[in-house]
Formats: sequence, structure tokens, C-alpha cells
Amino acid sequence: MVQAIEPQVAPKDASTPILPRPLRIRRLIEETGDAFTLEIEPANGAGRYPFQPGQFNMLYVFGVGEVPMYISGDPVGQKTLQHTARVTGAVTKAMRLLKAGDSIGVRGPFGNRWPISESAGHDIVLVAGGIGLAALRPALYQLLANRDKYGRIVLIYGARTPEDILYWNELESWREKYDLETCVTVDRASVDWRGNVGIVTALIARAPFDPSNAAALVCGPEVMMRFTVMELQKRGVTPDRTYLSMERNMKCAVGFCGHCQYGPHFICKDGPIFRFDRIESIFGKAEI
Amino acid sequence: MIRTLEPIISKQPFFHGLEERHIAFVAGCAKNVRFDEGQIIFREGESADEFYLIREGLVSIEATVPHKGSVTVHTVSAGEMLGWSWLFPPHHWRFQARTQKATRALAFDGKCLRTKCEKDHDLGYELLKRFSHVLTERLESTRVQLLDIYGTSH
Repeated sequence: MVQAIEPQVAPKDASTPILPRPLRIRRLIEETGDAFTLEIEPANGAGRYPFQPGQFNMLYVFGVGEVPMYISGDPVGQKTLQHTARVTGAVTKAMRLLKAGDSIGVRGPFGNRWPISESAGHDIVLVAGGIGLAALRPALYQLLANRDKYGRIVLIYGARTPEDILYWNELESWREKYDLETCVTVDRASVDWRGNVGIVTALIARAPFDPSNAAALVCGPEVMMRFTVMELQKRGVTPDRTYLSMERNMKCAVGFCGHCQYGPHFICKDGPIFRFDRIESIFGKAEI
Repeated sequence: MIRTLEPIISKQPFFHGLEERHIAFVAGCAKNVRFDEGQIIFREGESADEFYLIREGLVSIEATVPHKGSVTVHTVSAGEMLGWSWLFPPHHWRFQARTQKATRALAFDGKCLRTKCEKDHDLGYELLKRFSHVLTERLESTRVQLLDIYGTSH
């Protein structure tokens, strides 16, 4: 059995967890029609932004507002702090207009992490939907940096259309360079698309992993995660080896305000990663 | 021919648990088929006389949309079933199927199977249970696709 994951990893500067630090944008990368990656200078001369895969920052566009966002970059060999976002509201709309040299407020990193080191010796199945791949990308970096410690590594990824697939070139290069199985599907496509069409859960049944010895890391819209958990259980992946990244309306990110309360948990402080057996009784319920 | 196909058919997930006598019945209506990459397996509106179990390859199920041409609505790969229009009158294909890769499949004669199912209701019930399961999965899948979950929140 994969061991329990640690509780929240405290921000390095824990004395000021609610005070944003102004950091500089190095560049903005257009990923898809409505998704982009911000590359941020870690700090003045520091050159690194320590974080664990699965953690998030609060990003503050000055004068507009603050939003939680998963860190999407490399936790091992990083040179910049990276966040990948979709334009969904006023803050992300303003964020997309930022340019190299602009400032952005950063608080964090917050939250716990994916159980990467605890899963050594297991097959690892990563199931991502849409922008949820951004939260799993640091886990992939870490897994591939220690490739020989794991069995099969399978990425199952669903996107809206072929044009919405994130990190396509990177996925291709990982597939060639490492022993990484990638199964990609889209919800709809023209006949030019040479690949799977259908929901991401349909790929779980035939993905090449040993369910009796696999840990599953899942991030995506909650509806998708609900169907994913059902398919994983059908394959034989038990709830204590299934981890979900939950999302609620996080505001303070340190467990004070209660906006992200999820039953007995605060997503920001106790999550965002939860072992499924610990939230099974409340998962998927409209009201708790 | 029948002896050759029975072991292959019994290994298909779709037929798991089917009695040997029923496998033998079904095998009597089956044949091996191959399709090249890009080949049309069936077209919208044509007579639906068969269904397929994909052994290897990838098949797109396509709909023709005015002013947009063909749109892929689903894909089917190894171990999955393709086509249920043979089961329901008027037995015409509602969609088009085209291979994305060279594909090997088992093809089952729909008229032959319908006749056998009318004579042996146990076989008919077993087959309908299996088709209902696939239909339910495809319906669920379509419902989730319609929700456009990646286009809203996350």
C-alpha cells in the first residue's frame, strides 16, 4: 500500500503567508487558444523557487485580484517558476496580458504534494483532464528524473479538442526519451485528427499498467474525476492507492477564511491532494 | 473455419462468460476481416448487415455535419464493439465508420445472428445484455462529452 502523504508543506517564509511578494514575469508562453504559461523569475537573484509537485501559489494581478494556481514547472531542474492557466475570469484575463518585466504578486507555495517518493516500486497512472495536466506536470518531471525507481508510468489525458492539448511537444519528447506511455483522447475532432475521440475514462480499461500494483494520480474537473475513480476501481486500483487533486474556492490559502471547506477538510491546508478513501464518503455529493 | 474462430471469439471481452454452445452459434455467423488505413467500413444510410469486434487498429465513428463535413464523434479500438444498427429496424447505419490505422476485426452477420436469437432466446438475452452494456457506456460517454467539462471550470 502506498503510504499516506504528508500534511501541508509550509511556505518557506511562513511569517508572511498572506503577504504577496512581487516577482517579475520573464515571459508568457501561449499554449493553446485559451491557455498560457507564465514564467516568473523565482526571486531577486535566488534562482530557485522550492516547491513540491502538486502545490499551488496564490497569484495576484495588482489592481485586479488574486487566484490560486497550481505550479506547473519542473521541481527538479527549474530555472523559472511556472504556472499554466486557462482564461476563465477577470484575473486570468488580465494575467494573460502581462508582459516580460511586469510584476505579479506571489504567495506560497501552499498545500500538500503528490505521493511520488512513497510510490517507488509501483506502476504510476496519471489521469489528467483539460488544464488539470498542469498540476500533474511537476509530478511527471519528478517521476521521469527518477525513472528507474518506478514500474510502468502511464499518462492518460483528455482534452476538449486536438487544439486544446497542453504541452504537446513536451509529451512527444518524453515519450521518445523515456519509457512513458501516453494515451490521449479528445471530446471532439475533425476527421484530420489521428487519435482517440471520447472521454478520458474510456482509455483506463485498456491502459498498460498492473492495477494490483499501481498508484493513480488524478486531476481534472470533478465530473471527470468521478467517472475516473469508478473506472480505476473497475480495473482494481483501490481507494487507498488513488489520489485526487480537489479544487474549491481558495482565498487565504492557509486555513483561516474557510472558503475552501470540504466537509471536515480545508482544501488549501489539508489538500489539495487527497487519498480517495479519506474523502470517499463526501466525494461527488452536491451538498455535504 | 468455425473451429478456428471459436477460441478467438471466446477471448473477446464482449463475449466473456458466454456458454460454449452459444460461442459456437455466434462463430457460425462470424468471419475475419481486414481493413486498410483510411478505408470506409460502412457509410451513413447504407444497409446495416454486420457488426464488428475490433481485434487491432483504430476506427473513427463519423457524422456528416452540413457545412463542416465529417466530424469524428467517437473512436473504437482493440477489444471494443462497432455497430449496433444491425439489431434495430430499419437496419441502416446512422453513422460512418472509417479506419484510422490498418485494422483487423471479427465481422458478424447480423441477419444470421437475428435469426439464431429468435430461435434461441437465451442467446438473444445474453447478446442483448452485452449490447445494452455497450450502449449504456456510450450514452454515458456522450453525456459527459456534451457537458463540455474542459471548457468551463477547471
